[in-house]
Formats: sequence, C-alpha cells, structure tokens
Amino acid sequence: MEAKLNGEYTILVCQGTGCVSSKSDRITQALENHIKQSGLSKNVHVKLTGCHGFCQQGPIVIVEPEGIFYTQVKEEDVAEIVQSHIVDRKYVERLFYHNPVTDEVIPLYKDIPFYSRQHRLILRNCGHINPEQIDDYLATGGYAALKKAISEMEHTQIIEEINRSGLRGRGGAGFPTGKKWDEAHKAKEQPKYVVCNADEGDPGAFMDRSVLEADPHSVIEGMAIAGYAIGTSEGYIYVRAEYPLAVKRLRIAIAQAKERKLLGKNIMGSGFNFDIEIMQGAGAFVCGEGSALMYSIEGKRGMPRVRPPRSVAAGLWGKPTSLNNVKTYASVPLIINRGADWYRSIGTEGSKGTAVFALTGKIANSGLIEVPMGATLREVVFDIGGGVQEGKKFKAVQTGGPSGGCLPESALDLTIDFESLTKAGSMMGSGGMVVMDTDTCMVDLARFFLNFCCNESCGKCVPCREGLPLMIDIMHKITRGEGDLHDIDHLLDLGETVTKSALCGLGTTAPNPVLSSIRYFRDEWEAHVIDKKCPALVCKALINFYVLPDKCAGCGICLRACPVEAISGGKRLVHVIDQEKCIKCATCLEKCPERFSAIAKVTGEQIAVPKEPVPIGTP
Amino acid sequence: MSTDLRKQMRELLDPLQGHKVILIPALQAVQEKFGYLPEAAMEEIGRVAGVSPNVVYGVASFYAQFRTTPVGKKHVTVCQGTACHVRGAARILEAIERALDIKAGETTPDLGYSLETVACIGACALAPTLRVNEDTHGKLTTNDIEKLFSKIARQEETSDS
Repeated sequence: MEAKLNGEYTILVCQGTGCVSSKSDRITQALENHIKQSGLSKNVHVKLTGCHGFCQQGPIVIVEPEGIFYTQVKEEDVAEIVQSHIVDRKYVERLFYHNPVTDEVIPLYKDIPFYSRQHRLILRNCGHINPEQIDDYLATGGYAALKKAISEMEHTQIIEEINRSGLRGRGGAGFPTGKKWDEAHKAKEQPKYVVCNADEGDPGAFMDRSVLEADPHSVIEGMAIAGYAIGTSEGYIYVRAEYPLAVKRLRIAIAQAKERKLLGKNIMGSGFNFDIEIMQGAGAFVCGEGSALMYSIEGKRGMPRVRPPRSVAAGLWGKPTSLNNVKTYASVPLIINRGADWYRSIGTEGSKGTAVFALTGKIANSGLIEVPMGATLREVVFDIGGGVQEGKKFKAVQTGGPSGGCLPESALDLTIDFESLTKAGSMMGSGGMVVMDTDTCMVDLARFFLNFCCNESCGKCVPCREGLPLMIDIMHKITRGEGDLHDIDHLLDLGETVTKSALCGLGTTAPNPVLSSIRYFRDEWEAHVIDKKCPALVCKALINFYVLPDKCAGCGICLRACPVEAISGGKRLVHVIDQEKCIKCATCLEKCPERFSAIAKVTGEQIAVPKEPVPIGTP
Repeated sequence: MSTDLRKQMRELLDPLQGHKVILIPALQAVQEKFGYLPEAAMEEIGRVAGVSPNVVYGVASFYAQFRTTPVGKKHVTVCQGTACHVRGAARILEAIERALDIKAGETTPDLGYSLETVACIGACALAPTLRVNEDTHGKLTTNDIEKLFSKIARQEETSDS
C-alpha cells in the first residue's frame, strides 16, 4: 500500500495508564530519538495523548494525517514505523488491527468497529489531544462554554439550560444535575462548594480515570461553569491516590488554566473567581458516597451520615455543596456550547445523552466505550466488544460495579438507561461492565462482590456491618458443598433486610449481586447445594483433578511442578494425584503438554484411576 | 523524636500549613517519604493538625492506603478487581504467595519483598495484573509468575554486585 505524498505527519502515542503499563512512554522516547536522528523533526511531530479506550490493543500509535492505527506497538517497532511509514511511505501492515471476530485486517482508526459504532461525547477529546497542553484543548473549542456562560448567561439561565437538557448524574444514581445545581444556587448559606467525585473505587472500572488522564480541562471547565452557576469560588476534586497519572495531569491542567486566566481570580476579566484544589482519596470505597466523601475531604474517617439534610443543604464543612461525577462535569461544556435541545435529542425519554462503560472481563475487545442511552446490552457486548473471548459462550454481564447485578443472556436486549437496568435487578452505576463466559461460577462471583463490599463497609450501621458477613458465611458454606436449599432462602431474606435497612448506598446495594444471581442463575445455585457440583468448575471444594491413565506419558512435568508434592510417579509410569494433598491449584493442568492433555478437571464425579503409579499401558 | 526526623517532618509538613485540609495530605506525604507511618511521625502530624494522636491513628487505620509497618524493597501489589478475578487473579495470588513464601499483607523477613492485594489498579484490559513497585505487569498466567520473580531476583543480584 502506498501512502499519499504529504509533508507533515503527527504521530499520536497513547499515554493512558493501560498503554503506559505496556511501556508506551519508552515508545514516545524512542520515536522522538529516531525522528531527530533521521533529521525529520521539522515535518514529523510526536504527540502524547490520553487513553484511546482500546486498551486491549495497547500500546496504540496513530499516524496522522492518514489515521493509520497501529496496535500492540513495541519499542523495537519504532525504527520500522519511522523508516517504512514516514520515509518510504509504506505502511507497517503487520501492526494493523486484526479483528479477532471476523479475521479482517483494518488499517484505519475510523473503520474499526470498536470505534465506528460508538458515539463519543464525554470521550470526545480522549486520544486526540495532548492532555498536558492547554492549547490542544483550546484548539478544539475548549473554554468557549465557560466564556459563553460568564459573559452571556445569567446564573439561572445556565441552571435552566442544564435542567432542560435532562442531564443526570453520571456517578450512578442519576439524580438530575440541573435540580441539584438549582438547590445549591438557592441555598442561602455561604461559602458554598463545588466538588467533583473522582473516587472511582469500583473494581473493574476506569472511566473517570481515563477522562481525567486524557482530557482534564473538560472537567475543570465543567466545574468552573458549575461554580459560576451556583455562585461559589471554591472547588475540590476528590481523586483516588491510586491514580497518580490523573493527579499529575490535573495539576498541570489547573496550573495552565490559571496562567491563561481561565481559573483563579477575575476569570477572563469578568470579576468571577474560581479555584480548584485537588484532594487525594486514601483508598476507601465508601468515600464514593457523598457524605463520606465530604468527611474525608475534611480529614476525618469517611463514614456516611443519615440524610436528610442532603449535601446541597449541608455538605462540605456543613455548607451547601454540589457534588457531581467526573463525566457529569465533562458533559456540561457540550451542553452550554451546543444547547439543551441538541443534548435532549440523544438518548431515551428518561435518560438523555450518552453512557460511558469500561468493558472488561472475558470479552474480545476490552476497553473504554461510549454509547447513546437506549443502546442495548447486546450492541455493546457483541457489536462493539466483539463478543466473548476465544469462542467461548456468553454467560452473564455485570453492570454497576460491586453493588450492581449480573444479567443473563435473556436480558441482552434490554436498553441501557437508568430505569431499565434498575428494573432488571442491576443498575447503571458509574460504568463498569464485566462480561462473563461459562468458565465463571455465578456463586463464586456473587461471593467475590459481597466480600468486596463487606471489606469496604465502614462499620457504622448494623445491617451492613453484621448482615454482610452473615451472608458471606452462608455463601462459603454453599461453595464448600455444605449448603442446602434453606440457605438460598436465608440469603434472599438477609439480602432484602440489608437492602431495606442499611444506612447508605453501599449497604443498601451490596446484596444486589447475590439477589440478581439467585434470580437469574438459580439452577447453578441449586447445583451447588443439591448435587454438590460447581458446573463452571471453579469452587475448589467441589472439583477434583485426575491424571488420565490412558493419556499420561509419564514425563514427570506435572510431578515436578506440583507445589505440594501431591503427585507421585516415575519414568514411564502413570502419575497419580493424591486427592488428600491436592490444593486444586491447577498447576498440573497448565503444565501438562497439550499433546498429552492428560489432566482432567471434574465436578461431582470420581474418575477410576490407579491408587499407585503403574507402568504405562497397564490395563 | 530525633532531630533528624523532626527536620524531615518539618520539610514535609511546612507546605501544608495554613491549608484548610491538613491531616490526610500530611499522612500521605509522610508515607510517601518513609514508605509507612512511623509512630513518632503520627504524633507530630497530630501536633501540626491540632488533633490528638489517637485521632490521627483513627484516620490512618480507616483508609486502606496507610500502613504502620515498613514495606519490602520490592513491594508487590496484586490486583483482585473484578476483571482480574474472572481472569484468574486468585490463582495468580496463590502462585505469588508460594513463590515468595509469604501471605498477602506480609513482608519477607529480609525486607526484600512485601505483598498486598488491591481492589483495582485500573488496568482492567490487561487483566490479570500486578505491580512491582511502579512497574505494571499484565496478561499474566501462573506460569509467568515464577519467571517474573526469578528475573527480578537476577536483576537485584546484578545491581547489588
């Protein structure tokens, strides 16, 4: 393939956390060195960007103007990209995206189904601009909305516009943003605060982190507009300390915005002051809850309190506070620029705009995606996500993080919006979406989520502190094969009690994964308690490993690899696993050469094997 | 408290004076410097923040980020997030516990390695993942674990000699 003759090239290198983990920072360095050495610095520019979202294929390198999308680039590939693509004008075809589903090879970014089926509003700049250069953001029309808000709009007009747009909180609860701003604006007490919730604690979720890393100015601009609308000059961003890159880029962005008079005193000469302080969370999931988050900013233990009063009346330091999620703020400049009517035209009747999901688990295309509200789960999982990995069968999709629910295949045609997911026993949540195949045990997974919430429980209210451990005990019993049918009823009972009586959102939603799992996968629960089987072959107490006598070649690999010396055997002898000693770590299964495939993993059955090692071929 | 520690503490805490929010940023600064929270440092933080040492300890013990014991030279964090869990993170953790001969939350007696689990490091597309100090390793299998740690041990030997 011949490239067009073109003088100027820009090479975009993704520097989101995913790609940096795969050493993309070294690629940037190597590219810069190579270009310098080849004397191309004048016409070829290297630009770092935030997350492209397609983390599975990282590190990602895009060459403009053609929009060629190179995947899984290594430091060693840099010389070839510079020489072949730039100098010889021949694309490096071996680095093109290879669609695992259709086997197609796709050279252009815009043609890749993962991207072409998305509708990227919140992620509009992610992967396209350098998050560490404010000029990049300004070139996309950045801060025009803030200017418009300050110079052309009244406080109430802004709130009315947000209200009319139908924007709802992207943190998960879906509270109407305009209504929240209105209440904060009307509150009499001073000072007031604008707070951004970037305490993205859900395991398996990285939406907020990616937005902060890739487009921090969109969040800062949204917060400044909120500050102007409700009438305050003080903003806080509460961001996880586990996100060092997001913190770094936020710091740079705030400093640059101040230099340009887009933040700080007398913004754009208007007399409006607004400043933002970054507060790093210290690793407590419960701090995603509004009142806990505010206590944490104040330097206290992050324990939720009884509401009302809501935080718009008495929030940070007891003052009126408007708390919104990262993605909510990132949506605000778009609405001010393009108008509420435009925003209303996207989405469903009750849920306007788009939803961002971190699509992970057993899915072909892992990454960050954005779709209009009203898209179906099937479209997300199969059209964008490419379906389940390696030809396995889809089993469930989990939305809403550890407090969400597991939905089965029959729910795949549900539309994605706040109401329909809640009705189905899950929830929108902040945007985690984990796909499971038939190798995932739904009982084990429910226990995993409940364990997470139990560990993160602050311990203030009894239902959460005492109820969740009781539920976990029952689930341990079930996964050990010691449960009966009453235990399932008991779980449903306890779960409902906790849901109705816990103090905060963490507690009231913690039983969701268990309740939805029993609702949709009761067969699998019954297999554990009645047949003492784990159909997905996960629960250790219910599975066994055997060496198959007719397949074992007596090579000794499993014997040497077994960490607990549970395998006996010898040269040309059929090996035997001591079931008493076996810890079910599956090392033997992984180490046994594929040509023999002599290890069997079974549940609820015993395979007849010799008690002692016997010569191969013994009948 | 030794004069040396007092001097170090002053350097860490002076920039925070006058801020509305002191306690948690101070704990974070101290932990970043020392790798954990020494008791004497927590007392000093309490003095600066104007609260009693048990309030400082109460806050420190609430948050997962803070430790009151030192970490190893190589600090290993194993992700136990959802994406990692469904891709076998539990077995990765077991393999590491066997390779290092310590359990999660422990440090080897020679202070060479410490091991902890985290709820999510946010590199879900690379699941299952772990981090050794600042380096992230992804798409792991139990077979990779042994190789990874013997490679780290070799690197350590070369850098020591």
